[in-house]
This record gives sequence, structure tokens and C-alpha cells, in this order.
Amino acid sequence: MENHLILETQELSKSYENQKNVLNGINFSIQTGEVVVIVGPSGCGKSTFLRCLNMLEPIDAGVIRLDGKEIHQDFKKAHLIREKVGMVFQSYELFPHRTVLDNIILAPIKVQKRKKEDVTKEAVALLTRVGLFEKKSAYPRQLSGGQKQRVAIVRALIMHPEILLLDEITAALDPEMVREVLQVVLQLAKEGMTMIIVTHEMGFAKAVADRVLFLDQGQVVEEAAPFEFFTYPKSERAKQFLNTFHYEAIEI
Amino acid sequence: MRKVRDFSLMDLEFILEFSPMYLEAAMLTIRIALIGIVASFITGLFCSIVKYLKIPVLVQFINLYIELSRNTPLLIQLFFLYFGLPKIGILLSSESCAIIGLTFLGGSYMAEALRTGIDQVTKIQTESAFSLGMKKSQVIRYIILPQAFTTSIPALCANMIFLIKETSVFSVVALADLMYVAKDLIGIYYKTDEALLMLVLSYLLLLLPISVICSMVERRMRYAGFGNTGTV
Ligand SMILES: Nc1ncnc2c1ncn2[C@@H]1O[C@H](COP(=O)(O)OP(=O)(O)O)[C@@H](O)[C@H]1O
Ligand SMILES: [Mg+2]
Repeated sequence: MENHLILETQELSKSYENQKNVLNGINFSIQTGEVVVIVGPSGCGKSTFLRCLNMLEPIDAGVIRLDGKEIHQDFKKAHLIREKVGMVFQSYELFPHRTVLDNIILAPIKVQKRKKEDVTKEAVALLTRVGLFEKKSAYPRQLSGGQKQRVAIVRALIMHPEILLLDEITAALDPEMVREVLQVVLQLAKEGMTMIIVTHEMGFAKAVADRVLFLDQGQVVEEAAPFEFFTYPKSERAKQFLNTFHYEAIEI
Repeated sequence: MRKVRDFSLMDLEFILEFSPMYLEAAMLTIRIALIGIVASFITGLFCSIVKYLKIPVLVQFINLYIELSRNTPLLIQLFFLYFGLPKIGILLSSESCAIIGLTFLGGSYMAEALRTGIDQVTKIQTESAFSLGMKKSQVIRYIILPQAFTTSIPALCANMIFLIKETSVFSVVALADLMYVAKDLIGIYYKTDEALLMLVLSYLLLLLPISVICSMVERRMRYAGFGNTGTV
């Protein structure tokens, strides 16, 4: 299938009550099969941007289009959009009262009305792929952070989203667990999953991204191929940002 | 005059003779308490969901109800139902008064207990459910309520015991419950000690098993406690 434009925003702006212009006229687009990594200093609006795309936040101005159709700010119908746009959070947010398997099959059964048998089969296959088959009857509290996050990814994947939003999904993990999660994401990228990824793992960003977006103070300051961005950042702000990064990396 | 009496002087025969009366009264108390507790729970569930959804107007009514219910004694509520309502032409049986009174009281307590549980489900937890395409009703049903219910169990249990204890005022609406029987026997036979002993024993027998079951459930919940506790 030809790649085509799947999601775009035009002049997307957003303020919070006590925080003006968190997003300030963002123009963005992503093709099917593309992986866009968003980097930027803490508080620059990365999470807010993803949350707007998934209708977890209302926007103040601009347009978001999914599959060429404008997403209207009608929150009664938000569930129809979110069914197509998957999201994984930094804090995993598995449902603590349900087993791993029940976490995964809940939405496909209740939201998509798929047959329990089929969904379970798919869930088991996906769990096996991320190396968690033997944890399918465990409760989230019995899993490590890395395991939880892999389950959260599977839970989003089983909905067959058209696009997946990952918001700093390794930021809460111990270093030794970061790899096991990022490997799953790299694999997804290889298989052609469309993704917008917010991360502070620069090595991973370089490896996974088709395109890097540098966000600062609610604006897209720079947009480039990963090699270009990391090697020859154009803007002063991006240079500064990448420098602090080297510094932090050395510190640790 | 009250005087100290030796327990050995209790009239066992009297106790045996009137035990069936206590049993019958206990059954009545249990039945009404059970209906009242279930109705309280449903009322509380309804109130807490309305409060979570912040449904306009309805929320104000419910807040008013909760204040009213928590700040008036059951005794007064029962007086109102039994002696007040007939004045405007509404005649309720003793049993209906007892059930309605208990539910009016218990509903607000259950609502507050569930409310605390609902508040403990974080916003981002519900957002993760929303992001899977669930509707609000589904998020409430499958994500929020099961968690809220689990964390509320200790409070719900405490409310249950509280409500059973509160049944002891039902005799004011002429319901032949435990208290009523005890008062009756004292009035007729002057066997105060025996009648009171049986009253205490009856409530103890009623409450003890429930109390034990509750603490067992609570311990189990703590052990299986989910969320951030006990991660590997
Ligand atoms: N719910 C909110 N209410 C008010 N301000 C918020 C809220 N969420 C985020 N902000 C503010 O918006 C800015 C951008 O936040 P965020 O999108 O989380 O940044 P990032 O993910 O890039 O670190 C920050 O200044 C933050 O304090
Ligand atoms: Mg963030």
C-alpha cells in the first residue's frame, strides 16, 4: 500500500488556564509507516501535543486532521478517534485489578466488540512476541516496570491503531529495563507501524526516527532527518539542548 | 432501684422460654438491616457516580441529601417518617419506615465511602482507558468502580456494622425488633437483667460474625493490594 498522509495539524495552539501558549501554532504531518521523534526541553509541550492528538486535551485554535478528516472538538465522540490513535504513557497505567491478559483483551472486546476467543489468541501471540507469555495470568503489581510497559504496548497494539503515540515510555524505568522496551518499539518501527515518539533517549531516537522534531516553548523550532539533526543542529536552541544532553549523559 | 445481682441468679428458664421471641426479632432485624444495607449501597453508588460525573443540578440535590442525612440522627429521621408524614397523608408501615430511614441514613455514608475510593483512581489511569477508545460509561464500569470498590471495602464494612447497630432505634416506630422485645419483656415481667443480657447477646451474635468476615476480607485486600504497593 502506498504511504499517505495520515495525521496532520495546522496552526495548533493550546493554553492551560494558568499557562499560556503551551502549544503555539504547530504545523505537523506524518505519513503512514513513518516514525517521528519529538525532542525538546522539559515543559516545552511535548506531552500536551500528544494529548491533543488523542483528544485528552481540548485545543484552542488550529486544526487536527486524521485520515484527511478534521477532528472536531466534540468530546462525546472522542472515543471514535481514540480507537484509531493508540497511546502509551510514561507511568504504564495498567489496570491493577485485572490480569495481564484481561488488561489486554478488555478494550477489543468491549470497544470493538470482537470475539473473546479471537482476541485472546491475538493477545497471547503478542505477549509471546514481547517475551511475556508466561506472565499472562499475573497481575500488574507482580511485574517489573519494563514488563509493565511492554504489556501497555501490547494493550495499545491489539486495538490495531492507525497511529501510536508514545510519551516518554522509558523515562520511569531503571536503566537495565530501558533496552527491553525500546527493542519492542524498534521492532514495531521495522514492521511499519506509524508512530510519534517523545523520548529523551537520544541514541534510540537516532536509531528509530525517520524524522526528528525539535520542540521549544510550544513551537517547532527544527525538523530534520535524525543524522542531520543530531550532527548539525541548525538552531541555537537545538544546539544548546543537545549540549545539555551530552553533559547530563556524562554526569551519569 | 438498681442493685448489683449475681449472674447465677439469672432466671435460665425465663431466658429459654423467651429465646424464640428474640430469634424472631433478630430475624426481623437481620432482614431489615440487609435490605437497608443493599439499598444504601445502591443509593451510595448512584450518588457517587453522579458526583463523579458532576451532573448539574442533580449534584446539588445529592450534596443537600448527604448533608441532611449525615447531620440528623436516625431517631429524628424515623420520627419524621412515622409521625410527621401521616400529617400530610402519607402513611407508612413500621417496616417501610425502618427500611427507608436506614437507607436514607446509610446512602450518604456509602456514597462518601465510594467517593473516597473513586478519588483514589488517578486521572491518568482513566485517561489510559479513554485512550483505548472506551466511553465514559465503560471507563466507570470497568476501570473506576472495580478499583474504587476494592479500596472502599474497609469503609463499606464499617458502614455495614454501623447500620446494623443503628437498627436498635427501630422500636420507636413500633417495629417488633430486638430492642422492642427486650423493652416489652422488661415491661411485662420486670426481668430486666435477663432481657438485657439476651439483647446484648443477640446483637453480639449478629455483629461478631460480620465483623470477623469484614476483617478477613480487609486483610485479604491488603495482601492482594494493587497499585503501587508490592511491586517486584
Ligand atoms: N493540566 C495542566 N494544567 C496546567 N498546566 C499544564 C498542564 N499540563 C501541562 N501544563 C504546563 O504546560 C507546559 C507543557 O507541559 P508538557 O506538555 O507536559 O511538557 P513536556 O511533556 O514537554 O515536558 C508546562 O509548563 C506545564 O507546566
Ligand atoms: Mg511530558
